[in-house]
Amino acid sequence: MSWVGMVILGLLYTGAIFADFISPYSYRDENRDYSYCPPTPIRVKDRDGRWQWPFVYGVTMRFDQYYRRVYEIDETQKYPLKIFIRTEPYKIFGLIPGSRRLFGVEDPGRLYLWGADARGRDLFSRILYGGRVSLFIGLIGVSISFTIGLIIGGIAGYFGGRIDNILMRICEMFMMVPGFYLLLALRAVVPPDFNSVQVFVSIVVILAFIGWAGLARVIRGMCLSLREREYVLAAKAMGQSDLAIILKHILPHTLSYSVVAIMLSIPSYIIMESALSLLGLGIQDPFASWGNLLSEAMGIVQIKFAPWILLPGLFIFLSVMAFNVIGDALRDYWDPRFKTGQRNL
Amino acid sequence: MIGYIVKRVLVVIPLLLVMALFTFIFMQKTAGSFYDSLRMDPLISEQTIDYYESLYHLDRPLSVQFLHWVVNLFRLEFGYSFYFNIPVIQVIKGRLWNTFILSLTSMIMTWGVALPLGIWAALRHNRFVDRMIQFISYICLSTPSFLLAILLLYFASQTGWLPMGGMRSAHYEELSLLGKWWDLLRHMAIPAVCLSIYSIGSLQRIMRGNMLETLRQQYLLTARAKGLPENRVIYVHALRNAINPLITILGYSFSSLLSGAALLEIIYGWPGLGNLMLTAVRSKDVYLVMASFMMSGVLFLMGNLLADILLAKCDPRIRYE
Repeated sequence: MSWVGMVILGLLYTGAIFADFISPYSYRDENRDYSYCPPTPIRVKDRDGRWQWPFVYGVTMRFDQYYRRVYEIDETQKYPLKIFIRTEPYKIFGLIPGSRRLFGVEDPGRLYLWGADARGRDLFSRILYGGRVSLFIGLIGVSISFTIGLIIGGIAGYFGGRIDNILMRICEMFMMVPGFYLLLALRAVVPPDFNSVQVFVSIVVILAFIGWAGLARVIRGMCLSLREREYVLAAKAMGQSDLAIILKHILPHTLSYSVVAIMLSIPSYIIMESALSLLGLGIQDPFASWGNLLSEAMGIVQIKFAPWILLPGLFIFLSVMAFNVIGDALRDYWDPRFKTGQRNL
Repeated sequence: MIGYIVKRVLVVIPLLLVMALFTFIFMQKTAGSFYDSLRMDPLISEQTIDYYESLYHLDRPLSVQFLHWVVNLFRLEFGYSFYFNIPVIQVIKGRLWNTFILSLTSMIMTWGVALPLGIWAALRHNRFVDRMIQFISYICLSTPSFLLAILLLYFASQTGWLPMGGMRSAHYEELSLLGKWWDLLRHMAIPAVCLSIYSIGSLQRIMRGNMLETLRQQYLLTARAKGLPENRVIYVHALRNAINPLITILGYSFSSLLSGAALLEIIYGWPGLGNLMLTAVRSKDVYLVMASFMMSGVLFLMGNLLADILLAKCDPRIRYE
C-alpha cells in the first residue's frame, strides 16, 4: 500500500514544484467569457472518425431562458494541442526562468482540462499552483514545529527539575487553548495589508506555533528515561557539554518516533490551512491553495452546474490519505505499538 | 485521591491567569480595537464612543484594565462583550448549550459506531469483514470534515431531505415537543456526522488493536480451558480488558467537547461557541475572547482530570498519592 502513497505524493509534489511548466495557464490568467466553462476534452478523432494530432474543439456560450450560461461545443473551430508552447515568461520559484509550457492551445482557443472557475481560470492550472501552498505549508510548518518541539522537549527531559516544570507548564498553556480557536485568534492579528508571501509565511508560523507543544511533551517523556542510560552518563563523564549530549546522544534515539509523528501530523497542517482558506481567512484570491479553491463549492448550488469545483477537495483527500498511508507503514516498520496521533478538526 | 485533585486544580489557576494575560496583551497591543471600526461610522458621535470606552474602562492604562478583570473574576464576572453589549457570561451561556448538544450527539455516535466495529473487526481478524472495515476507516481518517460537509450539504440541497444549515426551522415554535426534538435532530444530522467521521475511523482502529492484543493473552486460554462458553470469554473476559485503555481517550474527548465543532459550526451556521468565537476574534471583542479561552482551558483541565480519575477507578494498579 505504501508505495501507492509514495507515487501519489511524488506526482503531487512534482506537479506543484513545476506548476509553471506543466500547467497550460498561469494561476491568474482569467477570461470572464468562460465562467464555469465545462472541461474541454482532448480529442484524437474528428467528426468523421479520422485519427488526428490531439486537438480541442472551440466552445461557444449562450444564455438559456433562465439566463444561465450554457456552453456548447463548436465543431467548426479546431485548436491543435501544441507541445512546449511559448507563453509569457515565468520563473520557477523565482529562480529558473522559462517561457515555454508543456502543452497548451493557441488563442483564442481555451484548454480547460478540468473545467474553469467563476472567472474563467483553468482549474487544472490552479490546482497545480495551489499545491505549492497546500503541500509546502505542511512540510515547512512541520519542520518548524518539530524543531521547536524537539529542542524544548529535549531540554525539559534532559535537565528535569525546575526547567522541566516551567517548560511543561508553558506547553500546557498552549495545549489548553483549542487549536482552532488559537488559529482564529492568531490569524486575526495578522495585519490586513500583508502581501501574499507574508500571509503565507504568517500562516505557516501560526500553524507551527500551535503544533509544537504536543510533540515536546512526548519527546520530554522519552528523554527522561534516555538520560539515565549508561552511554549518556559516559558522555557526561567524558566532559561533553549538555547541548552536545542532547543533540548527539539523546535526540537521535527519538528519531523513529519523530519521523512517524511528522508523517502523521502533516495532514493536520494541510487540513488546517485548507480550513482557514475555506473560511476566507487564509490565502487570498487570486493566489490559489486547495482550500481557497474549494471555497467556491461553499455556495453549494453551484456544484450542480459545475461539479468540477469539488476537485480541489479530492486533492486534499488524496494528499492526506497518502501521508497517512506512509506514516502507518513507517510505524509498522519501526514499532507496531505506536498510537495514532490525535487531530482536532 | 482528593488531595491529588485539589493539587492539580491549584496548579492550573495561575496557568489560566497567565494565559489570560497573554491573550489580553495580544488582543490589545495589535493593530485596531473594537471601537476603531465604530469611529469610522459618521452616524456615531465621538461622545458616544468615549462614553462606552469609559464605561468599560478602556480609557485607563492596560494594567488597570487587566487587574479589574482579574478581580471581577473572583465574583464570577467575566466582563462585558462590546459586540453584544451584554455581560460575556450571558452571551456564552446561550451558545454553550447549542455546542454541547451537537458535540455530545457526535460523541455518542462515535462511540456507538466505532466500538462495535472495532470489536467486530478484531473477531474477524484478517477476514473480508476486517479488511473492509479497515479500508473504510482509512477513508474516514483521510476525509476532511469540511469536504464531507460540502458533499452532504449538496446532497441535502438536491433531495430536500435534510435542512441546509442553522439549528431550527422557521416554524419551530409551533411544533409539538416531539416535533421540536425531531426538528433539532434533523438539523443536527449533517454536522454531527461530519464531526464524527474522523474519530470513528481512529477510535475503531484503536479498539481493534486493543482487542487483538487482549485476544492473545493467556488468561483467555485459561478461561476457555476451564470450559466457559465462547460468548462469555469474549464479551466478559476479553472486552473488559480491551476497553480499559479507551477510558483515557473518553476523558480527553471531553476536553475538546466545546471546541472541536468550531469549524463545522461556522460552515453549517450552527449558532454555537465556534461561530461566536469567529465573531469575537474578528471584531476584537477582547473579554469575550478571553472568557472563551478560559472556559476551554478549564474544560481541558477537567477532561484530563476525568481521564486520570476514571483510569484509577477502573484499574486498581494505578494509584495517585
